[in-house]
Amino acid sequence: MREPLIFEINKKGRKGYSLPECDVEEKELKRLIPEEYLRKSGLGLPEASELDLVRHFTRLSQKNVSIDTNFYPLGSCTMKYNPKVNEDIAHLSGFAEVHPYQSQNTVQGILQLLYEVEKLLCEISGMDKVSLQPAAGAHGELTSMMMIKAYYEDKKEKRDTVLIPDSAHGTNPASSHFCGFRVVEVKSNRYGGVDLNDLIKKMDAKVAALMLTIPNTLGLFEKNILNISEIVHNKGSFLYMDGANLNALLGIVKPSDFGIDIMHFNLHKTFSTPHGGGGPGSGPVGAKEELVPYLPIPTVEKGEENYYFDYNRPKSIGKVRSFYGNVEVIIKAYCYIRSLGKEGLKKVSHNAILNANYLMKRLKRSFYLPYEQPCMHEFVLSGENEKINNIRTLDIAKRLLDFGFHPPTIYFPLIVKGALMIEPTETESKETLDAFASALIYIAKEMREKPHLLKNAPQETSVFRLDEVKAAKELKLKWQGTLDE
Amino acid sequence: MGEKGGGALIPYIPNTKEDQKKMLKEIGVESIDDLFKDIPQNLQLKAELNLPSSLSEMELINWTKKLSQKNANLDEYVSFLGAGSYDHFIPAVVNHLSARSEFYTSYTPYQAEASQGNLQASYEYQSLISRLFRMDVCNASLYEGATALAEAVIMAHNINHRQKVLLTKTIHPEYRQVLATYIKKTLGLSIAEIDYENGITDLNKLRKEVDKNTSSVVIQSPNFFGCLEKVKQIEEITHKSGSLYIVSVDPISLGLLTPPGDYNADIAVGEGQVLGNQLNFGGPYLGIFTCKKEFIKKMPGRIVGETLDKEGKRGFVLTLQTREQHIRREKATSNICTNEALNALRATIYLATLGEKGIKEVANLCLQKSHYAWEKISQIPGFKPILGSPFFKEFSIKCPLPPHKINKLLWKNKIIGGFDLGKFYPELEDSLLICVTEKRTKEDIDRFISILGEMV
Repeated sequence: MREPLIFEINKKGRKGYSLPECDVEEKELKRLIPEEYLRKSGLGLPEASELDLVRHFTRLSQKNVSIDTNFYPLGSCTMKYNPKVNEDIAHLSGFAEVHPYQSQNTVQGILQLLYEVEKLLCEISGMDKVSLQPAAGAHGELTSMMMIKAYYEDKKEKRDTVLIPDSAHGTNPASSHFCGFRVVEVKSNRYGGVDLNDLIKKMDAKVAALMLTIPNTLGLFEKNILNISEIVHNKGSFLYMDGANLNALLGIVKPSDFGIDIMHFNLHKTFSTPHGGGGPGSGPVGAKEELVPYLPIPTVEKGEENYYFDYNRPKSIGKVRSFYGNVEVIIKAYCYIRSLGKEGLKKVSHNAILNANYLMKRLKRSFYLPYEQPCMHEFVLSGENEKINNIRTLDIAKRLLDFGFHPPTIYFPLIVKGALMIEPTETESKETLDAFASALIYIAKEMREKPHLLKNAPQETSVFRLDEVKAAKELKLKWQGTLDE
Repeated sequence: MGEKGGGALIPYIPNTKEDQKKMLKEIGVESIDDLFKDIPQNLQLKAELNLPSSLSEMELINWTKKLSQKNANLDEYVSFLGAGSYDHFIPAVVNHLSARSEFYTSYTPYQAEASQGNLQASYEYQSLISRLFRMDVCNASLYEGATALAEAVIMAHNINHRQKVLLTKTIHPEYRQVLATYIKKTLGLSIAEIDYENGITDLNKLRKEVDKNTSSVVIQSPNFFGCLEKVKQIEEITHKSGSLYIVSVDPISLGLLTPPGDYNADIAVGEGQVLGNQLNFGGPYLGIFTCKKEFIKKMPGRIVGETLDKEGKRGFVLTLQTREQHIRREKATSNICTNEALNALRATIYLATLGEKGIKEVANLCLQKSHYAWEKISQIPGFKPILGSPFFKEFSIKCPLPPHKINKLLWKNKIIGGFDLGKFYPELEDSLLICVTEKRTKEDIDRFISILGEMV
């Protein structure tokens, strides 16, 4: 069913709110503000009754596939279940109704929580200190690259290059470039890891850092990580870890043990805070000793009697956002880590890995698996290894919607032709995995026998396949109509 | 009782021991550890992490409640604190509708057909904000107000390749700090800060600084002091040198004040927290980002566009993705990936709920009540209004006592006082920035004033 836009629901004379009367003596606007500042035009906002609004947004919500409604194996996004109790806790008035500029002695509970989250993340990763300020993973990457840049400027070393494997997320090169670094791509070897020869060739005294995602975007642990670490450190460069795939490592390995100097975490992936339809996330940065002085200000510290913000950090890169970070998100991550504890976190990674390997095993007979070896928390199939009836990976993804599954990440990583990147997470049951596998196996059959079903998919969603080319060509980025009088 | 946290004993992990066995058998290995053969043996942790043990739901609630109770909150205290984070009223529908888990447990709408709810809501957000700001285009949100401003400055540089950025000192100090971090650590542009006079940008000083090398002139209005900048005069000065005009605005103020599109701003940004988002100790909020149509290809962040499905039915998709990092990698307009969709959804529901009349009403209540408070405080001997330019919902007062002492006394009376301006402006060390929103009743304000009166 087509849901009208809120502008089309508009009816002048209705309202969806009630506010109290003005209880101070009301003065004419012009007496308070000179006329030149006052708005001459209408606001152009619609008006609707409260029930109109409730139905409208409820119906919109029903047009979404979400974790709470469907299996959502979007690779590298770790779409795991988001516990409800964490939502309740984050919304307690003592967290949600607190102003960021209240004096520090009135916010000791929040400061303690932030301090503890830092310590928990340090223990999980082996980093020496963590900043919770970055608002998302890409923001954490940017913060880290700024820190590395500041470090070398401080040391008066000219290093202008960042090495990034060809399998990396697009944010890695974008964040490095944003920071003024030259990006040089490192090739992958035929096992999906970093090509050591290529790395050695490109590794010189101009390199500030190698950015690595571990496990990488193929879901594989970098076997040669200790060699890589040595090669990078021998040239005096830093080893950065993109923590997008940390869900595979909890309690199994510590990034510091394989030479990571600096990394970011995605609290909205590994630590189960909801993805919010595309944010808010949270992308804390952890650093080893050498880089700690460059972390953003303020840091949270524990004094003899209380917790406090420390702004007195002369080498810090400064602030990367206003206030202190996405605190509400951080609270949920804290709840998650405390709920699971040391025993639970390890089970998270164990079961994430088990689920991924099980699904991979079930699917590799029907789809080409370019890197045949045990995976970590995710794996990548090719949907276009051989062209069958001109079917593209996109068609497979759309057809999955008809079976009630959110498709995997597609066409990424770029090194696999028509990639289907599948991350089931530990919160899914064997029954769900079996149903998903059956659907994909069935679709593989349809590719040969009934390709039109894929080409015409999806059929079961609120709209049929949408024309993205038209959207980009004939840009319509806002409602252009006139509100009914 | 089995081992705590064993197979299926964690509510978020459904695999039973039996399931695990079957799955391992299908995979063809003996144990889960056999799946780690790529991880060098000497790296695999032998001991458990040094973390606390797991907590049951009840234990977790009890513990976090204790932590939350150590924080004074605005349900118990009456607040006159603003300075970039504002205590506006949030109608119940905003909380209820944004708490629908179909919204908050989904992700970036990579598969448009499965995400029409989010996409249409984003499209409505872009439409509502474009109209409120009277700007051509709006993206689907950035992180928050400060980074939105930094992205605007970088975008302006990418448009005109000029090297100098002029900021006014009346912009939120933390926004200026973030901007300095972003620009120093990225593009190496030079920044000059323009002084203020009577709480607003000194136009003579601005005129002297603007030249052909000026990439952008950046202001905030209402500014950090709550004062209204002379936006039209600044526009003339800026465009005369061919520089780009960037403004940061309080969206609520646009219920009454001239919107940036009407004074020819090139890029207009703002902190969207005021639109239906809680204080949350500073985040998550949302960065509003709008600009003129001609600059759209340089815009950072996600943008939603309208299109048709193959049967001609209207639908919405992410568009202009060729600007973005997942396609362009290092050539992208920005590195941003995840934005603040849920906060933008709250802003959408808020704007739709308040509508044309409501936003005007909220803005008017802020204006009337803050001016009532200003007038009353001005009458208390010893308290002196400073920075005499017209203001919207915040104003500055010079105090007869150090601000922290005043705030301490207010605190004892369950009132959170104003912002101590000396923290960022040494020249204003005895002054408080006081914020009055529509949530403050006359009774609140009168009590606040009578306590201030008793201090002198």
